[in-house]
Amino acid sequence: MAEINMAKSINMALFEAMEKDSRVVVLGQDVGIDEGVFRITEGLHAKFGDKRVFDTPLAESGIIGTSIGMAINGLLPVAEIQFAGFDYYAYQQLESHAARFRNRTRGRVTVPMVMRAPSGAGIRALEHHSESREAIYCHTPGLKVVMPSGPRNARALMHAAINDPDPVIYYEPKALYRLFKEEVPDEIEVMPIGKAQVVRPGSDITIISYGATMRPCLEAAELLMEEDGVKAEVIDLLSLMPLDTETFVNSVAKTGRAVVVHEGPRACGVAAEVVSRINENVFLYLEAPVIRLTGYDVPVPYFSKEKFYIPDTDKVVEACRKTLRF
Amino acid sequence: MPRKELEFDYTVETLSIVDEEGNVDKALEPKLSDKELLDMFRWMLYSRRVDERQLNLQRQGRIGTFPQSTGHEAIGLGSVFAIEKSDWFVPAYRELVCFLYRGWPLERLLLYWAGFEEGAVPPEGVNDLPICVPVASQLLHASGIGMANNIKGENKVVLTYFGDGSSSEGDFHEGINFAAVFNAPVIFVCENNQFAISEPLHKQTRTKTIAQKAVGYGVPGVRVDGNDVLAVYVATKEAIERARKGEGPTLLDCLTYRYTPHTTADDPKKYRSDEEAQKWAKREPLIRFAKYLEKKGLLNDEKRQKMETEIDEEIKEAVKKMETLAKSKELMEPLAMFDFLYADVPVHLEVQKHELAESLGRGDEVSTKSNPQRSIAGTAKRGG
Repeated sequence: MAEINMAKSINMALFEAMEKDSRVVVLGQDVGIDEGVFRITEGLHAKFGDKRVFDTPLAESGIIGTSIGMAINGLLPVAEIQFAGFDYYAYQQLESHAARFRNRTRGRVTVPMVMRAPSGAGIRALEHHSESREAIYCHTPGLKVVMPSGPRNARALMHAAINDPDPVIYYEPKALYRLFKEEVPDEIEVMPIGKAQVVRPGSDITIISYGATMRPCLEAAELLMEEDGVKAEVIDLLSLMPLDTETFVNSVAKTGRAVVVHEGPRACGVAAEVVSRINENVFLYLEAPVIRLTGYDVPVPYFSKEKFYIPDTDKVVEACRKTLRF
Repeated sequence: MPRKELEFDYTVETLSIVDEEGNVDKALEPKLSDKELLDMFRWMLYSRRVDERQLNLQRQGRIGTFPQSTGHEAIGLGSVFAIEKSDWFVPAYRELVCFLYRGWPLERLLLYWAGFEEGAVPPEGVNDLPICVPVASQLLHASGIGMANNIKGENKVVLTYFGDGSSSEGDFHEGINFAAVFNAPVIFVCENNQFAISEPLHKQTRTKTIAQKAVGYGVPGVRVDGNDVLAVYVATKEAIERARKGEGPTLLDCLTYRYTPHTTADDPKKYRSDEEAQKWAKREPLIRFAKYLEKKGLLNDEKRQKMETEIDEEIKEAVKKMETLAKSKELMEPLAMFDFLYADVPVHLEVQKHELAESLGRGDEVSTKSNPQRSIAGTAKRGG
């Protein structure tokens, strides 16, 4: 057991996956000699060399498009896009090709690749470096989308993403890279994609979130217990596509109340999908309307004001109290 | 640093072997057997007849909109004839002759235009990708395949196709640039037919040729007579030799003319003149190759007629097969739309599959065991 942060745990997963399977290659801008701007690929180039860990030209469509070709030709590419805010350049390749080859060829040509990118706000980054646009990819049939919330699940999800026979978008909440440490076991853990986790059991209200906002949600649950005696059940979605409906609708059937929290914009976001599925499945169990606590439908403000945009612990507590008072 | 000129060792070679009258430049003529030459002609003729038949089928509403490939036979066949089965073929959408030569059953190709995904399934035993509609995007797949070849230590080359319009796309640049930087064994074949739907070449680029763009990537660029199948063959063969020796990619700019509309939904009368079309009609690749073969004593009207009769019979059979397949239960199964998106069907798609099955009155056929709607509906409800 080692106590490590998320940056280290993702690095560990890449290291382990590359050792285990020679088909795994890591590519992207600065991932080699420089070991990634966030040091996620630290030590990989030194260990595995130019053929398996390589710097590419600065071209996101190029990185993803050639990863598609490599995946078709028998490799398992893990492509880094330096910031999620730049992966829009690659969207055409993901939507038109990565997501569709299997379907288009009835399973003959497949694209087992991972696109990983640091996502989200909260590190006082410059413009275009703070978005959470995971919903775009959830809305793209054929892709899978995962987002870890801590070192342990980050490592387990990375293994799952690399093992997955389909293209996976692996968004890394960069605000968490070095925020806290967790113990990870010595042996490799693989977490199934498409499975959520009840991370704190409770009976009065369900708080559903993922990624960076898991921390304020857990803090809010603690505060609600201490100050109001309310037992909040907290669910970490982990996988946003496919989304584990069963886990959260069963929880809401039990508690009758829910708050869905994420950092990305509200309109057509992941929370909108979660609320719809609650309505479709357990509407008659609800004691109150489900609240969405999300980023606003504006570009993430520059960092002097980004804290007003990101859902924080106080906002989660307030949303829960509003739901409980209804 | 004073103002002076930097010199580059770049030139753009041009290549034409057979002229419009069928006269061959002996020094450049490739060493192909009579049988190979006749085979080449037969494939080109086959493709032409298929194209004509497809237009007919489209006009009768038996297949949908499709892009014609008449006039592109020399580029397609000349290049694909130069690679091995184990090499890679990464097409755009006007390479009918390549698909046929690579062994895609004609009925499958027709199925694609008749609206069936099954038509995009590459046959076993070839390293081919299906038709790619978004222009230039496939160049990156070709480069990635070539990069993977280098990583795996294989010696297969990749042949990829695109049009002159594609050269305006970012992926054209990124595709060639990646292949160049990683020394990937990719041959980029531009089917320069001088039109991107209605826009002539000078609206796509200010350069005189597409070939000269290769200079910007540090790779060889060759302007090839795209109506001369032997020129395309020789240029591709040389590019392949370089690629197999580890010398990286080549850009071939094969100049031709788009003899037909862009697709069956387009009317080129709006944007180009009859005179121009007539001028190019005389230069089309089958006429030229036939004249060359006639001069060599390999082809005459009677032989050609015999070939056409055989070909037409094959096409007739394929159309029949396609129409039988198109009506088959397996291919007409709408529920299959959920089955191939992911390796395993996720729950939300199972639910949606069930929804479609129910609307077809076939709800019982689709398992709902993992449908949360069902599992929870069985428990007692609170509230209303």
